[in-house]
Amino acid sequence: MTIDTTPDKTAPDSVAADRPEDADQWTAKLRHAAVEALPPERLLPDRQPAYVASWIYVFGVLTLAALAVVILTGVVLAIFGPSWWHESSTGLFVNSLHLWSVEVFFFSMVVHLWGKFFMAAWRGRRRATWITGVVAFVISVGAAFTGYLAQQNFDSQWISTQAKDGINATGAGAIFNVTNFGQMLMWHIMLLPLVVVLLVGLHVLLVRRRGVVPPFAIPLESAAGVEPAGPPRTTPNQEQS
Amino acid sequence: MTAADPTDSPGHRRRRFNPDRDVAEWHGKYLPYDLVKEFLLALVVVCVLVAGLAVIFSSPDDKPVTVRSWSAADPVDFAQTAITELDGTSAIATYGPPYNTAGTSQSIGPISPQKWLGVHHPIDTANDFVITPLKTLPDRPALDAAIATYTAAPPAQQTKWTTAYEKAVANATFAQGALNVPSGRYGPVGPMISALTSMARSGALDGALLSTRQFYSTDYTKPLLFIANGAYLANLAQGQHLSGSQWGMMNETGSYPGQAWLWLYTLWYQVPPMKTSPNADLQVWAIMMILTLLLALVPFIPGLRSIPRWTRVYRLIWRQHYRDSSAAKTATRGPTAAPPPSPVSSTA
Repeated sequence: MTIDTTPDKTAPDSVAADRPEDADQWTAKLRHAAVEALPPERLLPDRQPAYVASWIYVFGVLTLAALAVVILTGVVLAIFGPSWWHESSTGLFVNSLHLWSVEVFFFSMVVHLWGKFFMAAWRGRRRATWITGVVAFVISVGAAFTGYLAQQNFDSQWISTQAKDGINATGAGAIFNVTNFGQMLMWHIMLLPLVVVLLVGLHVLLVRRRGVVPPFAIPLESAAGVEPAGPPRTTPNQEQS
Repeated sequence: MTAADPTDSPGHRRRRFNPDRDVAEWHGKYLPYDLVKEFLLALVVVCVLVAGLAVIFSSPDDKPVTVRSWSAADPVDFAQTAITELDGTSAIATYGPPYNTAGTSQSIGPISPQKWLGVHHPIDTANDFVITPLKTLPDRPALDAAIATYTAAPPAQQTKWTTAYEKAVANATFAQGALNVPSGRYGPVGPMISALTSMARSGALDGALLSTRQFYSTDYTKPLLFIANGAYLANLAQGQHLSGSQWGMMNETGSYPGQAWLWLYTLWYQVPPMKTSPNADLQVWAIMMILTLLLALVPFIPGLRSIPRWTRVYRLIWRQHYRDSSAAKTATRGPTAAPPPSPVSSTA
């Protein structure tokens, strides 16, 4: 028995490669740009620089894991509707999972944020990574806040009637009515989670693209009275003006 | 690690290396690191932790206050609130935008976005909270006559009636299902508020206050604001450590952590001048917006972006790296070379 090893000419792989006539094709250009920005070995690396050895790095991935649980439990709550968890012990348990995963999410995210601050993690063309992280945190606060408003219980009544003054003072109350349950529910289960997930996704892709910020290079050498070792050189980690 | 100084790549202006903005290229070791395994382990840890917390602590779910439960629990407070809605002296009646134009918008100097955006959820408390709901009650000719008398009266006469009733209802009692208000010259206002109280206690007012008249409704703005105008809701909140002076809305009922991440926002309400300022909300939001902007733009702000290097917390984070670097340097220099300075005593 012989095995035919001739490549299948009809398979997508055989037409996907770089044909000269496809150079101007938008799809091909997008693929090239994406692969160039994030080749697979950079997107999912199996090695990290030796300095990535601290418990502080755990909080980034804990934040992602907690976000996954927040979304999963939120999906279950959405499937059964907003009244379910008030009437069913199973629903109450799922709501409790949702609540506590939000608490873990924020705890991890805050530790991660301050860890990155004290690492000056914006260095080396990582400013967009920092900014997307901060904006994701701020939008997450809004997402959690609308969750509290959409609970349909005493807490949501009190929080909404108190928070309205701050929101109204900024003028945002004209559009964003915290006492409108339906509007807050939509923001909580659709609009804000979508923005959070997009921002977190972009943040993670930027982390993968730029890598984990290296430590400050100075301590040992500068104390010895010498400049940091090595000749000046072009590096992808240096800002260009 | 190799230091990088000014770039010499064509097309770019040479720029001095700034340790708070640039990094040296890493030429050190790379070690195996299983990101997928790390994420899945983190997921398991979070699931176990969250499940444990949910089993032990559950989640708070205190029943909401309805107009019915409020008027049943404290009918006098309800009546006292209702008269302020009718005479236009309640907190919402005098609020201003986005509900009406009766109040002063918050401002900082000439900046008043509340005023600029205007009225978007119009509320006329006399009509929306009292007169219109009363008109929905069927077969009440005496009440209809009282409403007609009140609405036809000149504003000055209406004020006389409501002022007299407001004084009288301060000493009202409730017994045997009826509101007992000391007699006075308050004309049709007495029957109107008594009827509204009965309507509230029956539960009919909850539905009548809904903002839209369609069958399905999800906007509880009007009943919520009416309830919030009374003392009943605030007293319950005070008992649950939820009032503004108790760091308010970052807390939850019970002993739950609530929105602890709002601590800084809530903090500003506890300190002067915001503590007593009529423009506190706008001031606090302005402060928070500026602080948020500063946090997001730290990488661009000289001085602020140097804080990590000055505080040296990074030495704790990367202590293993600095320890390894120090050991490697010692090994390279050999036993006769002077030992490198410790990372702790060296300066950044």
